[in-house]
Amino acid sequence: MGNHPREQFDNPVVEWVDSRLPIFTILNKEYGVFPTPKNFNYFWNFGAIAMFMLVTMIVTGIILAMHYTANVNLAFDSVERIMRDVNGGWLLRYIHMNGASFFFIAVYIHIFRGMYYGSYKRPRELLWILGMVIFLLMMATAFIGYVLPWGQMSYWGATVITNLFSAIPYVGEHIVTLMWGGFAVDNPTLTRFFALHYLLPFVIFAVVFLHIWALHVTGSNNPLGIDVKGPQDTIPFNPYYTMKDFFGLIVFVMIYCMFIFYMPDALGHSDNYIPANPLSTPAHIVPEWYFLPFYAMLRAITFNMNVYMLAGLALLAVVLVEFVWRHKPKYLNAPIGFLIFAAGGALALFGFLADMNQDWEIPMSAAEVAPVPAKLGGVLTMFGSIAMLFIMPWLDTHPIRSARFRPLYKATFLLLFVLFVALGYIGSQPADANVAGIPLSVFGLALTGYYFGFFLVILPLLSRFEKGRKLPLSIHEAVLAKKQQFQGVSA
Amino acid sequence: MSAGANIQNGQHDDGETRRGFMQMLAGAFGAVGLGAFLVPAVNSLNPAKDTLALSTVEVDLSDVPVGGSKTVMWQGKPIFIRHRTAEEITEAEDVDVQTLTDKQTDESRVEKPEWLVVVGVCTHLGCIPQGQKTTDNHGEFGGWFCSCHGSQYDTSGRIRKGPAPKNLAVPPYKFVNDTTIKIG
Ligand code: HEM
Ligand code: FES
Repeated sequence: MGNHPREQFDNPVVEWVDSRLPIFTILNKEYGVFPTPKNFNYFWNFGAIAMFMLVTMIVTGIILAMHYTANVNLAFDSVERIMRDVNGGWLLRYIHMNGASFFFIAVYIHIFRGMYYGSYKRPRELLWILGMVIFLLMMATAFIGYVLPWGQMSYWGATVITNLFSAIPYVGEHIVTLMWGGFAVDNPTLTRFFALHYLLPFVIFAVVFLHIWALHVTGSNNPLGIDVKGPQDTIPFNPYYTMKDFFGLIVFVMIYCMFIFYMPDALGHSDNYIPANPLSTPAHIVPEWYFLPFYAMLRAITFNMNVYMLAGLALLAVVLVEFVWRHKPKYLNAPIGFLIFAAGGALALFGFLADMNQDWEIPMSAAEVAPVPAKLGGVLTMFGSIAMLFIMPWLDTHPIRSARFRPLYKATFLLLFVLFVALGYIGSQPADANVAGIPLSVFGLALTGYYFGFFLVILPLLSRFEKGRKLPLSIHEAVLAKKQQFQGVSA
Repeated sequence: MSAGANIQNGQHDDGETRRGFMQMLAGAFGAVGLGAFLVPAVNSLNPAKDTLALSTVEVDLSDVPVGGSKTVMWQGKPIFIRHRTAEEITEAEDVDVQTLTDKQTDESRVEKPEWLVVVGVCTHLGCIPQGQKTTDNHGEFGGWFCSCHGSQYDTSGRIRKGPAPKNLAVPPYKFVNDTTIKIG
């Protein structure tokens, strides 16, 4: 850093600092003159908005921590005291509480933007993975933060989610005891969660720094998904995008304020205003809205995976690797591949039916000898769904980035988006809910199937076979063409 | 270059240097030291002595009528105690064990057939099933019903339907006298 030729600043104080620590030079390079594609749309605002939300959470969180008490007998009352007695405490808490939701809104839009315009592709794979690390850390932070007010949802959400880890074979129970520091969610759990809730946002901050560093190495993607070819394709970040980001931020914060001031509890669950009671579980436990699609995938696995089903799935995986992922099959020819495919499918279906109908008494199909019981299957599915996002750059190797020029990718991806929202709805319903007599978990399973199918099958297939539309020669040319078209219409 | 031999730091014929060895040694000591710190650091998060000390309770059963229930706390978890009626006992004993998810006879789950003592925590994801009050939903099998994801337990606390993999656990307990048990 520091040894590059440096331009002098006019202000003597700035110059004095900068010649010793070239911080102003770096700021100017990365945020002042930084060459940025000139065709951004409003989807490119959400990175800056997410950054604003992170800072908001840290500032309000630190003040809340000054009034909060992490003890099972005092936590709920200390939050109520913040709401009633601390000067402006209600405002700080509502900013923090709704801030978590709006942070997730910003980050979800940011992620969907990246998927739609192919920002995860070469050379931005590491940038994408750092983003996913941030997403995981955010989920951990928000889950732990929701436990702190020690209401009924805090307590039972913590119980159900930590119990997920008991699904891990052999060591699961020990891990859960280690997380709790006891034999149930209790005071030791609350105090360590508070310590972690304070720590993790700063870890996020550090990863955000790496994320932006990686961004400034590759430069930004853009709605056309084509590379910047020269200075005519870019404009300096300041003032153009500082202004555009600022405008978008103001609109976003206005909506955020509507929630803070007019419907602060709309996104939360009223049961969390009942103090935690270890003796009574609320009738219907739901996680916060931003976890619902993943929660639905967790609950979609209601069956045990016995040896038949696992063997069937393994055969299907062989076909997937040979015929879908490889450009040319290496070990198998088409007829054998088809046979394996049929055998795998039949075996998996047989295993499923054998599990559903325990009274058939088929050897080795009993629920208690299934290598992957339903609970473990659900947990693997949920974590697997996030793993898909991590490896997305290697599943989609199509040379065109932007969905604008890939009609098939666009259609299948937008369908994924709609189904993801539908999964969120399913996750919000009671476990035994049904539509027209069909249990909702069946729909959940079908949508989960599409989710994984999109990543594991559709993306690799499209990478090989989708032709795509003709790309413009440069950003500059595309912008000019649009401008001429517009002038032609108005003249 | 003859003086250089010293600076080479005792090079052996096989190209290994004393410095290389020292670096490996230092690395190994560092790794052992880190491990020696990590074990107690992580272990400190396990249940502490005072948490473990709360691990026995005595319960007086004389006030629980036949057909009635009692809930007590043990290790931060509710313990369901049920004074079972004669029908409930026969119901529990008559089940064909082979048809169960978690194959346990009723005899193996009780000290005395009239008293069922189980940990009141659903073995699925840890909710508290309903069924301790007579007005509660007892599920299809007359025991307990977990509303979180719909697990149903019978009058022996065994899982009969729903996602839970195991029967309600039986805590270690013994009868101190006819009407008192000691759990833990
Ligand atoms: C990544 C950033 C953060 C996220 C996503 C987040 C999320 C949350 C959530 C969802 C709650 C529960 C709100 C409620 O229902 O009452 C919460 C509570 C809390 N958070 Fe954070 N938080 C973040 C950063 C911080 C920081 C840096 C601190 C500083 C110590 C902090 C301190 C607290 C405190 C003391 C509470 C309990 C008071 C309350 O419930 O309002 N948070 N947080
Ligand atoms: S926790 Fe009881 S059914 Fe899931």
